[in-house]
Amino acid sequence: MIRKIIISMSLLAAIQTAYASEDEIEAGKILYRTYCTQCHGIEGDGYGINVADMEVLPRDHTDRKEMMTRTDKDLFKAIKHGGKSVDKSVLMPNWDGNLSDDQISALVQYLRSLCCTQKQK
Amino acid sequence: MPVINRSPDSATVGSVILLGIIGVVAAQTAIASDTEKYIQDKCAGCHALSADDFDVNDMSERLRRKGPPLYYAGDKFKKEWLQGWLQSPSRIRPGGGFPPDHTVVTDDGDVIDEKTLPEHPSVAKPKAGDVAEFLLTLHLKARPPLKTAYQPKEVSPMLGKMNFNKFKGCSACHRDEEGVGGLSGPELYSAWNRLQPEFMVSYIKNPVAWDPHSMMPNKHLQEPEIHKLVDYLKLIGEKRP
Repeated sequence: MIRKIIISMSLLAAIQTAYASEDEIEAGKILYRTYCTQCHGIEGDGYGINVADMEVLPRDHTDRKEMMTRTDKDLFKAIKHGGKSVDKSVLMPNWDGNLSDDQISALVQYLRSLCCTQKQK
Repeated sequence: MPVINRSPDSATVGSVILLGIIGVVAAQTAIASDTEKYIQDKCAGCHALSADDFDVNDMSERLRRKGPPLYYAGDKFKKEWLQGWLQSPSRIRPGGGFPPDHTVVTDDGDVIDEKTLPEHPSVAKPKAGDVAEFLLTLHLKARPPLKTAYQPKEVSPMLGKMNFNKFKGCSACHRDEEGVGGLSGPELYSAWNRLQPEFMVSYIKNPVAWDPHSMMPNKHLQEPEIHKLVDYLKLIGEKRP
């Protein structure tokens, strides 16, 4: 019985992860605009207002091919613990002091919509 | 001819002094309440003047406010700078209070639409002093206090810059010289002239403890590392005319 409950719960969690709610994506969109667009750009293409003097360009979040090589876990880690934690630039800071895990998850879902489910340019 | 003793008795002197003190206190209170009313009218629309007036949980609070919160102005600003800046304000945040509101997408990447950046109103001289005086009475009631001691040390320009840019990544959002660096955060080449050093240390240590909607990350730096950054801000700030 307990095993069945655990399996059902795991399935439910998997389904929830696979199908992020519209609300979560919308929450992620507001967070993205607030915390990410300065570097990653209003359209997520990596050309934000801060990049003129950067030695490394911020990730283009609309690059489907590139983004598909990252798991949700990778994206979550990069946002929470910064670029250094995933062997990327120190210019990408850790946002764990500003954002809760739920907010970071919402951002990951928004990134997925940005790269891979929205209409490609 | 009788000599008229013109010196008043001690009771009269006491009364005059007392009346004088009451007069001065009443006048100061009038100035304070007048200034407080002025600040409520002119500043509160864009700046949070008390922590209770800054909703921690509501993100729209951040988006609504055009200026930084001022409920810890007394912990943050240097008096002389504040008095001068109020009279002749210059832009500290190249991208405005909330950069995404002032950003436009172009073929050459995103740029700040300077037309949309609001100018800070200037305050005439006598009033500027009163306003600065009042703002400097505003402190964050944090226990334990957030500010800690800071003792400046020499830092070489090259190592300081390298730390600011490459090691700590501050230049992603902040400029350490005019025309160089990020635009979303306040420029930092005048930070030393504007801000109390202990505040800088404390803000770098934990930005959201001061401003819950701060867009500055907490890099989990140890105090000696933070001191080195502030040493660099001192170096570049003091170089300015």
